Amino acid sequence: MADTSRVAGPAASVADRSWLNWLGVAPFLLFALLFLILPTSLLLVGAFQDAQGHFTLQNMRNLFQENILNAYWLSIQISAASAFFGGIIGVLMAWAAIQGRLPGWIRPTLMTFSGVASNFAGVPLAFAFLATLGRMGLVTVLARDYLDFDLYGTGFSILSFTGLTLTYLYFQIPLMVLIISPAIEGLRKEWREACDSLGGSSFHYWRYIGLPVLWPSIMGSTLLLFANAFGAIATAYALTGSSLNIITIQLYAQIRGDVLHDPNLGYALAMGMVIITGLSNAGYIWLRSRSERGRK
Amino acid sequence: MKQNRIGAWIAIIIGTLYFFVPLLATFIFSLKMRRDEYSFDAYVAVFTDPQFQATFGYSTLLALLTIVVGVLLVVPTAYWVTLRLPKARPVVEFITLLPLVIPAIVIVFGYLRMYNSSSILPMTSSERATDILLLCSYVTLSLPYMYRSIDTGLRAIDVRSLTEAAESLGAGWTTILFRVIFPNIKSAILSGAFLTFAVVIGEFTMASLLSRPAFGPYLQLIGANRAYEPSALAIIAFMITWASMGLIQVFSRNAGALRSKAEQGH
Repeated sequence: MADTSRVAGPAASVADRSWLNWLGVAPFLLFALLFLILPTSLLLVGAFQDAQGHFTLQNMRNLFQENILNAYWLSIQISAASAFFGGIIGVLMAWAAIQGRLPGWIRPTLMTFSGVASNFAGVPLAFAFLATLGRMGLVTVLARDYLDFDLYGTGFSILSFTGLTLTYLYFQIPLMVLIISPAIEGLRKEWREACDSLGGSSFHYWRYIGLPVLWPSIMGSTLLLFANAFGAIATAYALTGSSLNIITIQLYAQIRGDVLHDPNLGYALAMGMVIITGLSNAGYIWLRSRSERGRK
Repeated sequence: MKQNRIGAWIAIIIGTLYFFVPLLATFIFSLKMRRDEYSFDAYVAVFTDPQFQATFGYSTLLALLTIVVGVLLVVPTAYWVTLRLPKARPVVEFITLLPLVIPAIVIVFGYLRMYNSSSILPMTSSERATDILLLCSYVTLSLPYMYRSIDTGLRAIDVRSLTEAAESLGAGWTTILFRVIFPNIKSAILSGAFLTFAVVIGEFTMASLLSRPAFGPYLQLIGANRAYEPSALAIIAFMITWASMGLIQVFSRNAGALRSKAEQGH
Protein backbone atom coordinates (compact mmCIF):
# COMPACT_ATOMS: atom_id res chain seq x y z
CA MET A 1 0.00 0.00 0.00
CA ALA A 2 1.50 3.36 -0.97
CA ASP A 3 1.35 6.33 1.35
CA THR A 4 -1.81 8.20 0.42
CA SER A 5 -0.78 11.47 2.12
CA ARG A 6 1.81 11.91 -0.59
CA VAL A 7 -0.92 11.78 -3.20
CA ALA A 8 -3.26 14.17 -1.42
CA GLY A 9 -0.49 16.64 -0.62
CA PRO A 10 0.95 17.49 2.77
CA ALA A 11 -1.48 20.37 3.35
CA ALA A 12 -4.55 18.18 3.79
CA SER A 13 -5.10 17.07 7.35
CA VAL A 14 -6.30 13.57 8.17
CA ALA A 15 -9.79 14.65 9.18
CA ASP A 16 -10.20 16.76 6.05
CA ARG A 17 -9.22 13.89 3.88
CA SER A 18 -11.63 11.33 5.20
CA TRP A 19 -14.45 13.82 4.76
CA LEU A 20 -13.31 14.65 1.25
CA ASN A 21 -12.94 10.98 0.45
CA TRP A 22 -16.60 10.33 1.00
CA LEU A 23 -17.36 13.30 -1.21
CA GLY A 24 -15.87 11.29 -4.07
CA VAL A 25 -18.66 8.73 -3.95
CA ALA A 26 -21.35 11.31 -3.12
CA PRO A 27 -22.73 11.57 -6.69
CA PHE A 28 -23.16 7.82 -6.83
CA LEU A 29 -24.77 7.63 -3.40
CA LEU A 30 -27.09 10.51 -4.26
CA PHE A 31 -28.12 8.80 -7.48
CA ALA A 32 -28.73 5.50 -5.69
CA LEU A 33 -30.72 7.30 -3.00
CA LEU A 34 -32.93 9.13 -5.50
CA PHE A 35 -33.55 6.35 -8.00
CA LEU A 36 -33.21 3.15 -6.04
CA ILE A 37 -33.39 3.42 -2.28
CA LEU A 38 -35.90 6.20 -1.62
CA PRO A 39 -38.51 5.08 -4.18
CA THR A 40 -38.43 1.52 -2.85
CA SER A 41 -38.47 2.66 0.78
CA LEU A 42 -41.49 4.85 0.09
CA LEU A 43 -43.36 1.75 -1.11
CA LEU A 44 -42.40 -0.12 2.03
CA VAL A 45 -43.67 2.74 4.19
CA GLY A 46 -46.79 3.04 2.06
CA ALA A 47 -47.50 -0.63 2.63
CA PHE A 48 -48.18 0.21 6.28
CA GLN A 49 -50.29 3.31 5.65
CA ASP A 50 -53.90 3.86 4.74
CA ALA A 51 -55.12 6.34 2.13
CA GLN A 52 -54.94 9.17 4.71
CA GLY A 53 -51.38 8.32 5.68
CA HIS A 54 -52.24 6.73 9.05
CA PHE A 55 -50.38 3.67 10.21
CA THR A 56 -52.28 0.44 9.55
CA LEU A 57 -51.80 -3.29 9.10
CA GLN A 58 -54.91 -3.53 6.95
CA ASN A 59 -52.90 -3.71 3.68
CA MET A 60 -51.04 -6.71 5.03
CA ARG A 61 -54.34 -8.36 5.91
CA ASN A 62 -55.68 -7.53 2.45
CA LEU A 63 -52.84 -9.50 0.92
CA PHE A 64 -54.56 -12.63 2.17
CA GLN A 65 -57.35 -12.36 -0.38
CA GLU A 66 -57.82 -15.43 -2.45
CA ASN A 67 -56.77 -14.04 -5.85
CA ILE A 68 -53.67 -12.36 -4.44
CA LEU A 69 -52.57 -15.47 -2.57
CA ASN A 70 -53.18 -17.46 -5.75
CA ALA A 71 -51.08 -15.03 -7.76
CA TYR A 72 -48.20 -15.28 -5.30
CA TRP A 73 -48.54 -19.05 -5.24
CA LEU A 74 -48.57 -19.41 -9.03
CA SER A 75 -45.55 -17.08 -9.30
CA ILE A 76 -43.70 -19.11 -6.69
CA GLN A 77 -44.54 -22.36 -8.46
CA ILE A 78 -43.45 -21.16 -11.90
CA SER A 79 -40.28 -19.61 -10.50
CA ALA A 80 -39.48 -22.72 -8.48
CA ALA A 81 -40.15 -25.10 -11.39
CA SER A 82 -38.11 -23.05 -13.87
CA ALA A 83 -35.31 -22.62 -11.31
CA PHE A 84 -35.31 -26.34 -10.47
CA PHE A 85 -35.21 -27.65 -14.03
CA GLY A 86 -33.04 -24.77 -15.21
CA GLY A 87 -30.64 -25.59 -12.39
CA ILE A 88 -30.39 -29.29 -13.21
CA ILE A 89 -30.10 -28.88 -16.96
CA GLY A 90 -27.70 -25.95 -16.58
CA VAL A 91 -25.39 -27.95 -14.29
CA LEU A 92 -25.42 -30.90 -16.67
CA MET A 93 -24.59 -28.75 -19.67
CA ALA A 94 -21.85 -26.83 -17.88
CA TRP A 95 -20.40 -30.10 -16.59
CA ALA A 96 -20.56 -31.64 -20.09
CA ALA A 97 -18.79 -28.68 -21.67
CA ILE A 98 -16.12 -28.31 -18.97
CA GLN A 99 -15.36 -31.86 -17.85
CA GLY A 100 -17.02 -34.02 -20.48
CA ARG A 101 -13.93 -34.41 -22.70
CA LEU A 102 -15.75 -32.93 -25.67
CA PRO A 103 -14.03 -31.15 -28.57
CA GLY A 104 -12.42 -27.90 -27.47
CA TRP A 105 -14.65 -25.55 -29.42
CA ILE A 106 -17.82 -26.62 -27.60
CA ARG A 107 -17.05 -24.83 -24.38
CA PRO A 108 -16.41 -21.27 -25.65
CA THR A 109 -19.36 -21.65 -28.01
CA LEU A 110 -21.65 -22.67 -25.17
CA MET A 111 -20.45 -19.77 -23.01
CA THR A 112 -20.98 -17.17 -25.74
CA PHE A 113 -24.36 -18.59 -26.56
CA SER A 114 -25.34 -18.63 -22.89
CA GLY A 115 -24.42 -14.96 -22.68
CA VAL A 116 -26.80 -14.26 -25.54
CA ALA A 117 -29.66 -16.52 -24.46
CA SER A 118 -29.64 -15.40 -20.83
CA ASN A 119 -30.22 -11.87 -22.11
CA PHE A 120 -32.79 -12.94 -24.67
CA ALA A 121 -35.74 -12.54 -22.38
CA GLY A 122 -38.79 -10.34 -22.45
CA VAL A 123 -41.21 -9.80 -25.28
CA PRO A 124 -39.19 -11.35 -28.18
CA LEU A 125 -38.81 -14.57 -26.20
CA ALA A 126 -42.56 -14.82 -25.95
CA PHE A 127 -42.83 -14.46 -29.75
CA ALA A 128 -40.26 -17.19 -30.26
CA PHE A 129 -42.19 -19.62 -28.09
CA LEU A 130 -45.50 -18.77 -29.72
CA ALA A 131 -43.89 -19.64 -33.06
CA THR A 132 -42.62 -22.90 -31.57
CA LEU A 133 -45.27 -24.24 -29.22
CA GLY A 134 -48.23 -22.01 -29.93
CA ARG A 135 -51.37 -23.43 -31.51
CA MET A 136 -49.84 -23.00 -34.99
CA GLY A 137 -46.26 -23.28 -33.79
CA LEU A 138 -43.66 -25.30 -35.69
CA VAL A 139 -43.33 -28.08 -33.11
CA THR A 140 -47.08 -28.27 -32.58
CA VAL A 141 -47.75 -28.57 -36.31
CA LEU A 142 -44.90 -31.01 -36.97
CA ALA A 143 -46.06 -33.23 -34.10
CA ARG A 144 -49.59 -33.18 -35.49
CA ASP A 145 -48.68 -33.84 -39.13
CA TYR A 146 -45.89 -36.37 -38.74
CA LEU A 147 -46.32 -37.98 -35.33
CA ASP A 148 -50.08 -37.71 -35.24
CA PHE A 149 -49.70 -36.20 -31.79
CA ASP A 150 -52.12 -33.47 -30.81
CA LEU A 151 -50.18 -31.40 -28.27
CA TYR A 152 -53.10 -29.14 -27.45
CA GLY A 153 -55.33 -32.20 -27.13
CA THR A 154 -53.33 -33.17 -24.04
CA GLY A 155 -54.44 -29.99 -22.32
CA PHE A 156 -51.11 -28.26 -22.96
CA SER A 157 -51.14 -24.58 -23.66
CA ILE A 158 -48.31 -22.12 -24.06
CA LEU A 159 -50.35 -19.85 -21.80
CA SER A 160 -50.40 -22.37 -18.97
CA PHE A 161 -48.11 -23.10 -16.05
CA THR A 162 -46.20 -25.70 -18.11
CA GLY A 163 -45.99 -23.43 -21.14
CA LEU A 164 -44.65 -20.50 -19.16
CA THR A 165 -42.17 -22.69 -17.29
CA LEU A 166 -40.85 -24.08 -20.60
CA THR A 167 -40.49 -20.54 -21.90
CA TYR A 168 -38.67 -19.29 -18.79
CA LEU A 169 -36.24 -22.21 -19.06
CA TYR A 170 -34.93 -20.58 -22.21
CA PHE A 171 -33.19 -17.90 -20.17
CA GLN A 172 -32.84 -19.86 -16.92
CA ILE A 173 -30.68 -22.70 -18.30
CA PRO A 174 -28.05 -20.40 -19.88
CA LEU A 175 -27.99 -18.23 -16.75
CA MET A 176 -27.29 -21.35 -14.70
CA VAL A 177 -24.53 -22.38 -17.12
CA LEU A 178 -22.91 -18.96 -16.68
CA ILE A 179 -23.03 -18.81 -12.89
CA ILE A 180 -22.24 -22.45 -12.10
CA SER A 181 -19.29 -22.81 -14.52
CA PRO A 182 -16.68 -21.26 -12.16
CA ALA A 183 -17.69 -23.73 -9.44
CA ILE A 184 -17.38 -26.70 -11.79
CA GLU A 185 -14.01 -25.41 -12.96
CA GLY A 186 -13.01 -25.38 -9.29
CA LEU A 187 -13.36 -29.19 -9.08
CA ARG A 188 -9.73 -30.26 -9.07
CA LYS A 189 -8.52 -33.04 -11.33
CA GLU A 190 -6.52 -34.45 -8.38
CA TRP A 191 -9.72 -35.23 -6.48
CA ARG A 192 -10.95 -37.36 -9.32
CA GLU A 193 -7.58 -39.07 -9.60
CA ALA A 194 -7.44 -39.66 -5.84
CA CYS A 195 -10.90 -41.22 -6.01
CA ASP A 196 -9.91 -43.40 -8.97
CA SER A 197 -6.69 -44.56 -7.34
CA LEU A 198 -8.61 -45.58 -4.22
CA GLY A 199 -10.79 -47.74 -6.41
CA GLY A 200 -13.79 -45.42 -6.42
CA SER A 201 -16.23 -45.43 -9.30
CA SER A 202 -17.78 -42.45 -11.04
CA PHE A 203 -20.75 -42.85 -8.72
CA HIS A 204 -18.51 -42.72 -5.66
CA TYR A 205 -16.80 -39.63 -6.97
CA TRP A 206 -20.05 -37.72 -7.38
CA ARG A 207 -21.65 -39.10 -4.23
CA TYR A 208 -18.75 -38.33 -1.86
CA ILE A 209 -16.73 -35.58 -3.55
CA GLY A 210 -18.28 -33.82 -6.55
CA LEU A 211 -21.78 -33.13 -5.29
CA PRO A 212 -20.86 -32.29 -1.68
CA VAL A 213 -18.40 -29.68 -2.98
CA LEU A 214 -20.76 -28.29 -5.60
CA TRP A 215 -23.88 -28.45 -3.49
CA PRO A 216 -23.81 -24.95 -1.93
CA SER A 217 -23.07 -23.40 -5.33
CA ILE A 218 -25.87 -25.33 -7.01
CA MET A 219 -28.38 -24.42 -4.31
CA GLY A 220 -27.29 -20.78 -4.29
CA SER A 221 -27.45 -20.42 -8.05
CA THR A 222 -30.87 -22.04 -8.11
CA LEU A 223 -32.08 -19.45 -5.60
CA LEU A 224 -30.77 -16.74 -7.91
CA LEU A 225 -32.71 -18.28 -10.80
CA PHE A 226 -35.80 -18.30 -8.61
CA ALA A 227 -35.52 -14.58 -7.91
CA ASN A 228 -34.80 -13.95 -11.58
CA ALA A 229 -38.02 -15.66 -12.67
CA PHE A 230 -40.07 -14.21 -9.84
CA GLY A 231 -39.44 -10.62 -10.89
CA ALA A 232 -39.96 -11.24 -14.61
CA ILE A 233 -43.01 -9.80 -16.29
CA ALA A 234 -42.46 -8.90 -19.95
CA THR A 235 -42.39 -12.47 -21.26
CA ALA A 236 -45.50 -13.50 -19.38
CA TYR A 237 -47.35 -10.34 -20.28
CA ALA A 238 -46.54 -10.66 -23.98
CA LEU A 239 -47.59 -14.32 -23.97
CA THR A 240 -50.78 -14.10 -22.03
CA GLY A 241 -51.78 -10.46 -21.76
CA SER A 242 -53.21 -9.93 -18.33
CA SER A 243 -54.97 -13.29 -18.27
CA LEU A 244 -52.38 -15.22 -16.27
CA ASN A 245 -52.67 -14.59 -12.56
CA ILE A 246 -49.05 -14.20 -11.51
CA ILE A 247 -47.94 -11.55 -9.07
CA THR A 248 -45.98 -9.31 -11.46
CA ILE A 249 -48.98 -9.13 -13.79
CA GLN A 250 -51.26 -8.38 -10.83
CA LEU A 251 -48.96 -5.57 -9.77
CA TYR A 252 -48.73 -4.27 -13.34
CA ALA A 253 -52.50 -4.16 -13.60
CA GLN A 254 -52.69 -2.54 -10.19
CA ILE A 255 -50.24 0.22 -11.23
CA ARG A 256 -52.13 0.73 -14.46
CA GLY A 257 -55.14 1.26 -12.24
CA ASP A 258 -57.52 -1.26 -13.74
CA VAL A 259 -57.95 -3.46 -10.68
CA LEU A 260 -58.37 -3.19 -6.94
CA HIS A 261 -58.38 0.65 -6.86
CA ASP A 262 -56.36 0.65 -3.68
CA PRO A 263 -52.83 2.03 -4.13
CA ASN A 264 -51.76 1.07 -0.62
CA LEU A 265 -52.60 -2.54 -1.36
CA GLY A 266 -50.30 -2.18 -4.39
CA TYR A 267 -47.49 -1.12 -2.04
CA ALA A 268 -48.12 -4.21 0.04
CA LEU A 269 -48.01 -6.38 -3.11
CA ALA A 270 -44.67 -4.82 -4.04
CA MET A 271 -43.33 -5.30 -0.52
CA GLY A 272 -44.30 -8.96 -0.59
CA MET A 273 -42.34 -9.37 -3.82
CA VAL A 274 -39.26 -7.64 -2.43
CA ILE A 275 -39.38 -9.87 0.65
CA ILE A 276 -39.48 -13.02 -1.48
CA THR A 277 -36.74 -11.99 -3.95
CA GLY A 278 -34.73 -10.53 -1.06
CA LEU A 279 -34.86 -13.79 0.89
CA SER A 280 -33.81 -15.90 -2.08
CA ASN A 281 -30.94 -13.50 -2.85
CA ALA A 282 -29.83 -13.51 0.77
CA GLY A 283 -29.82 -17.31 0.59
CA TYR A 284 -27.71 -17.08 -2.57
CA ILE A 285 -25.14 -14.79 -0.93
CA TRP A 286 -24.97 -16.96 2.20
CA LEU A 287 -24.49 -20.17 0.21
CA ARG A 288 -21.95 -18.54 -2.05
CA SER A 289 -19.83 -17.41 0.88
CA ARG A 290 -20.06 -20.93 2.30
CA SER A 291 -18.90 -22.52 -0.95
CA GLU A 292 -16.02 -20.02 -1.18
CA ARG A 293 -14.96 -20.80 2.37
CA GLY A 294 -15.00 -24.52 1.65
CA ARG A 295 -12.66 -24.00 -1.29
CA LYS A 296 -9.88 -22.38 0.76
CA MET B 1 -14.57 -43.09 -19.57
CA LYS B 2 -16.46 -43.65 -22.77
CA GLN B 3 -19.74 -43.50 -20.91
CA ASN B 4 -18.75 -40.14 -19.51
CA ARG B 5 -18.41 -38.76 -23.01
CA ILE B 6 -21.70 -40.15 -24.23
CA GLY B 7 -23.48 -38.54 -21.28
CA ALA B 8 -21.78 -35.22 -22.04
CA TRP B 9 -22.79 -35.44 -25.70
CA ILE B 10 -26.39 -36.15 -24.73
CA ALA B 11 -26.50 -33.15 -22.38
CA ILE B 12 -25.03 -30.83 -25.02
CA ILE B 13 -27.25 -32.10 -27.84
CA ILE B 14 -30.47 -31.85 -25.85
CA GLY B 15 -29.49 -28.38 -24.69
CA THR B 16 -28.62 -27.30 -28.21
CA LEU B 17 -31.94 -28.57 -29.55
CA TYR B 18 -33.76 -26.69 -26.81
CA PHE B 19 -32.08 -23.48 -27.90
CA PHE B 20 -32.16 -23.86 -31.64
CA VAL B 21 -35.63 -25.24 -32.26
CA PRO B 22 -37.42 -22.07 -31.04
CA LEU B 23 -35.06 -19.89 -33.09
CA LEU B 24 -35.59 -22.03 -36.16
CA ALA B 25 -39.34 -22.07 -35.64
CA THR B 26 -39.40 -18.30 -35.23
CA PHE B 27 -37.30 -17.78 -38.32
CA ILE B 28 -39.42 -20.11 -40.47
CA PHE B 29 -42.60 -18.50 -39.19
CA SER B 30 -41.24 -15.05 -39.99
CA LEU B 31 -40.82 -16.09 -43.65
CA LYS B 32 -44.40 -17.24 -44.11
CA MET B 33 -46.17 -13.95 -44.58
CA ARG B 34 -46.70 -14.50 -48.30
CA ARG B 35 -49.02 -17.37 -49.00
CA ASP B 36 -47.42 -20.62 -50.28
CA GLU B 37 -43.88 -19.31 -50.55
CA TYR B 38 -41.15 -18.10 -48.26
CA SER B 39 -40.36 -14.41 -48.35
CA PHE B 40 -38.88 -11.62 -46.29
CA ASP B 41 -42.12 -9.66 -46.48
CA ALA B 42 -42.52 -9.60 -42.72
CA TYR B 43 -39.10 -7.98 -42.37
CA VAL B 44 -39.94 -5.44 -45.04
CA ALA B 45 -43.19 -4.70 -43.25
CA VAL B 46 -41.34 -4.24 -39.97
CA PHE B 47 -38.56 -2.04 -41.31
CA THR B 48 -40.91 0.19 -43.25
CA ASP B 49 -43.26 0.67 -40.32
CA PRO B 50 -42.71 4.27 -39.20
CA GLN B 51 -43.58 3.25 -35.66
CA PHE B 52 -40.79 0.69 -35.69
CA GLN B 53 -38.33 3.32 -36.83
CA ALA B 54 -39.56 5.83 -34.27
CA THR B 55 -39.59 3.46 -31.27
CA PHE B 56 -36.35 1.76 -32.23
CA GLY B 57 -34.68 5.13 -32.69
CA TYR B 58 -36.01 6.31 -29.34
CA SER B 59 -34.75 3.20 -27.53
CA THR B 60 -31.38 3.32 -29.26
CA LEU B 61 -30.92 6.94 -28.24
CA LEU B 62 -31.95 6.13 -24.67
CA ALA B 63 -29.60 3.15 -24.57
CA LEU B 64 -26.69 5.32 -25.73
CA LEU B 65 -27.51 8.03 -23.18
CA THR B 66 -27.82 5.33 -20.50
CA ILE B 67 -24.35 4.10 -21.37
CA VAL B 68 -22.86 7.62 -21.25
CA VAL B 69 -24.52 8.54 -17.95
CA GLY B 70 -23.80 5.11 -16.48
CA VAL B 71 -20.11 5.28 -17.41
CA LEU B 72 -19.75 8.82 -16.07
CA LEU B 73 -21.41 7.75 -12.83
CA VAL B 74 -19.73 4.40 -12.31
CA VAL B 75 -16.13 4.92 -13.50
CA PRO B 76 -15.28 7.82 -11.15
CA THR B 77 -17.04 6.01 -8.29
CA ALA B 78 -15.26 2.71 -8.85
CA TYR B 79 -11.96 4.56 -9.37
CA TRP B 80 -12.39 6.53 -6.17
CA VAL B 81 -13.34 3.43 -4.20
CA THR B 82 -10.30 1.55 -5.47
CA LEU B 83 -7.89 4.41 -4.82
CA ARG B 84 -9.11 6.21 -1.74
CA LEU B 85 -12.03 4.51 -0.12
CA PRO B 86 -11.64 0.71 0.01
CA LYS B 87 -13.85 0.90 3.10
CA ALA B 88 -16.80 1.85 0.89
CA ARG B 89 -16.38 -1.08 -1.49
CA PRO B 90 -18.89 -3.43 0.22
CA VAL B 91 -21.46 -0.62 0.40
CA VAL B 92 -21.09 0.38 -3.25
CA GLU B 93 -21.04 -3.23 -4.37
CA PHE B 94 -24.20 -3.97 -2.38
CA ILE B 95 -26.02 -0.98 -3.88
CA THR B 96 -25.06 -1.92 -7.43
CA LEU B 97 -26.49 -5.40 -6.92
CA LEU B 98 -29.82 -4.14 -5.57
CA PRO B 99 -31.43 -3.78 -9.01
CA LEU B 100 -31.05 -7.54 -9.40
CA VAL B 101 -32.83 -8.09 -6.09
CA ILE B 102 -35.64 -5.56 -6.41
CA PRO B 103 -37.80 -6.37 -9.45
CA ALA B 104 -37.89 -3.59 -12.07
CA ILE B 105 -41.65 -3.34 -11.72
CA VAL B 106 -41.27 -2.50 -8.01
CA ILE B 107 -38.64 0.17 -8.71
CA VAL B 108 -40.78 1.90 -11.32
CA PHE B 109 -43.80 1.70 -9.02
CA GLY B 110 -41.69 3.56 -6.46
CA TYR B 111 -40.88 6.24 -9.06
CA LEU B 112 -44.55 6.72 -9.86
CA ARG B 113 -45.21 7.31 -6.19
CA MET B 114 -42.18 9.48 -5.52
CA TYR B 115 -42.15 11.62 -8.67
CA ASN B 116 -45.87 11.97 -9.40
CA SER B 117 -47.22 15.31 -10.51
CA SER B 118 -48.11 16.42 -6.98
CA SER B 119 -44.69 15.66 -5.48
CA ILE B 120 -41.77 18.03 -4.82
CA LEU B 121 -39.95 16.74 -7.88
CA PRO B 122 -42.69 16.07 -10.44
CA MET B 123 -40.72 14.13 -13.01
CA THR B 124 -43.76 12.61 -14.66
CA SER B 125 -45.54 15.87 -15.44
CA SER B 126 -43.93 16.58 -18.82
CA GLU B 127 -42.70 14.24 -21.54
CA ARG B 128 -39.15 15.52 -21.36
CA ALA B 129 -39.00 15.07 -17.58
CA THR B 130 -40.38 11.53 -17.93
CA ASP B 131 -37.70 10.79 -20.51
CA ILE B 132 -35.10 11.79 -17.94
CA LEU B 133 -36.77 9.62 -15.32
CA LEU B 134 -36.75 6.68 -17.76
CA LEU B 135 -33.09 7.37 -18.48
CA CYS B 136 -32.32 7.29 -14.75
CA SER B 137 -34.30 4.08 -14.38
CA TYR B 138 -32.21 2.48 -17.14
CA VAL B 139 -29.00 3.67 -15.54
CA THR B 140 -30.24 2.02 -12.33
CA LEU B 141 -31.07 -1.22 -14.18
CA SER B 142 -27.63 -1.28 -15.80
CA LEU B 143 -25.71 -0.64 -12.54
CA PRO B 144 -25.01 -4.34 -11.78
CA TYR B 145 -23.53 -4.95 -15.25
CA MET B 146 -21.70 -1.64 -15.54
CA TYR B 147 -20.17 -1.75 -12.07
CA ARG B 148 -19.06 -5.35 -12.27
CA SER B 149 -17.31 -5.05 -15.61
CA ILE B 150 -15.67 -1.70 -14.75
CA ASP B 151 -14.57 -2.95 -11.33
CA THR B 152 -13.02 -6.02 -12.96
CA GLY B 153 -11.25 -3.72 -15.43
CA LEU B 154 -9.87 -1.51 -12.65
CA ARG B 155 -8.60 -4.50 -10.69
CA ALA B 156 -6.60 -5.59 -13.72
CA ILE B 157 -4.57 -2.36 -13.88
CA ASP B 158 -2.42 -0.68 -11.24
CA VAL B 159 -4.66 2.28 -10.46
CA ARG B 160 -2.40 3.67 -7.75
CA SER B 161 0.82 3.75 -9.78
CA LEU B 162 -0.94 5.19 -12.81
CA THR B 163 -2.47 7.94 -10.67
CA GLU B 164 0.80 8.77 -8.95
CA ALA B 165 2.68 8.85 -12.25
CA ALA B 166 0.08 11.15 -13.77
CA GLU B 167 0.08 13.41 -10.70
CA SER B 168 3.84 13.68 -10.65
CA LEU B 169 3.59 14.92 -14.22
CA GLY B 170 1.16 17.56 -13.02
CA ALA B 171 -2.14 16.09 -14.20
CA GLY B 172 -5.38 17.15 -12.50
CA TRP B 173 -8.27 14.87 -11.59
CA THR B 174 -10.17 15.24 -14.84
CA THR B 175 -7.04 14.61 -16.89
CA ILE B 176 -6.27 11.51 -14.85
CA LEU B 177 -9.80 10.17 -15.23
CA PHE B 178 -10.33 10.91 -18.90
CA ARG B 179 -6.83 10.51 -20.31
CA VAL B 180 -5.32 7.85 -18.06
CA ILE B 181 -8.02 5.71 -16.45
CA PHE B 182 -10.62 5.63 -19.26
CA PRO B 183 -8.21 4.50 -22.01
CA ASN B 184 -6.78 1.83 -19.72
CA ILE B 185 -10.13 0.22 -18.98
CA LYS B 186 -11.67 0.84 -22.40
CA SER B 187 -12.50 -2.80 -23.06
CA ALA B 188 -14.15 -3.20 -19.64
CA ILE B 189 -16.24 -0.10 -20.29
CA LEU B 190 -17.21 -1.42 -23.71
CA SER B 191 -18.34 -4.78 -22.35
CA GLY B 192 -20.47 -2.99 -19.76
CA ALA B 193 -21.80 -0.78 -22.54
CA PHE B 194 -22.85 -3.58 -24.87
CA LEU B 195 -24.50 -5.50 -22.07
CA THR B 196 -26.37 -2.35 -21.10
CA PHE B 197 -27.41 -1.87 -24.71
CA ALA B 198 -28.80 -5.40 -24.89
CA VAL B 199 -30.71 -4.93 -21.63
CA VAL B 200 -32.15 -1.49 -22.42
CA ILE B 201 -33.11 -1.87 -26.08
CA GLY B 202 -36.09 -4.16 -25.55
CA GLU B 203 -36.97 -3.23 -21.97
CA PHE B 204 -40.70 -3.35 -21.50
CA THR B 205 -41.82 -2.79 -17.92
CA MET B 206 -40.40 0.64 -17.17
CA ALA B 207 -41.09 2.20 -20.55
CA SER B 208 -44.61 0.83 -20.52
CA LEU B 209 -45.48 2.03 -17.01
CA LEU B 210 -43.93 5.44 -17.64
CA SER B 211 -45.87 5.53 -20.95
CA ARG B 212 -42.90 6.35 -23.16
CA PRO B 213 -42.85 5.31 -26.85
CA ALA B 214 -39.97 2.82 -26.54
CA PHE B 215 -39.21 -0.33 -28.50
CA GLY B 216 -40.32 -2.77 -25.77
CA PRO B 217 -43.94 -1.56 -25.56
CA TYR B 218 -44.02 -1.41 -29.38
CA LEU B 219 -42.97 -5.07 -29.53
CA GLN B 220 -45.74 -5.97 -27.12
CA LEU B 221 -48.30 -4.04 -29.14
CA ILE B 222 -47.25 -5.70 -32.42
CA GLY B 223 -47.35 -9.10 -30.71
CA ALA B 224 -50.94 -8.54 -29.70
CA ASN B 225 -52.09 -7.35 -33.12
CA ARG B 226 -50.09 -8.97 -35.93
CA ALA B 227 -49.29 -12.50 -37.01
CA TYR B 228 -45.92 -12.65 -38.79
CA GLU B 229 -44.21 -9.41 -37.84
CA PRO B 230 -43.64 -10.52 -34.22
CA SER B 231 -41.48 -13.42 -35.39
CA ALA B 232 -39.45 -11.11 -37.61
CA LEU B 233 -39.04 -8.75 -34.66
CA ALA B 234 -37.97 -11.60 -32.39
CA ILE B 235 -35.27 -12.57 -34.90
CA ILE B 236 -34.13 -8.95 -35.15
CA ALA B 237 -34.02 -8.67 -31.35
CA PHE B 238 -32.04 -11.88 -31.13
CA MET B 239 -29.55 -10.55 -33.69
CA ILE B 240 -29.10 -7.36 -31.66
CA THR B 241 -28.44 -9.34 -28.47
CA TRP B 242 -26.09 -11.60 -30.39
CA ALA B 243 -24.19 -8.64 -31.83
CA SER B 244 -23.83 -7.05 -28.38
CA MET B 245 -22.48 -10.25 -26.83
CA GLY B 246 -20.22 -10.93 -29.80
CA LEU B 247 -18.70 -7.45 -29.47
CA ILE B 248 -18.11 -8.04 -25.74
CA GLN B 249 -16.22 -11.20 -26.64
CA VAL B 250 -14.15 -9.41 -29.25
CA PHE B 251 -13.20 -6.60 -26.88
CA SER B 252 -12.46 -8.78 -23.89
CA ARG B 253 -10.33 -11.06 -26.04
CA ASN B 254 -8.38 -8.06 -27.34
CA ALA B 255 -7.90 -6.88 -23.76
CA GLY B 256 -6.67 -10.32 -22.73
CA ALA B 257 -4.22 -10.41 -25.64
CA LEU B 258 -2.91 -6.95 -24.78
CA ARG B 259 -2.51 -7.86 -21.13
CA SER B 260 -0.58 -11.05 -21.82
CA LYS B 261 1.61 -9.12 -24.27
CA ALA B 262 2.32 -6.56 -21.56
CA GLU B 263 3.16 -9.31 -19.09
CA GLN B 264 5.60 -10.86 -21.52
CA GLY B 265 7.26 -7.48 -21.91
CA HIS B 266 8.05 -7.29 -18.19
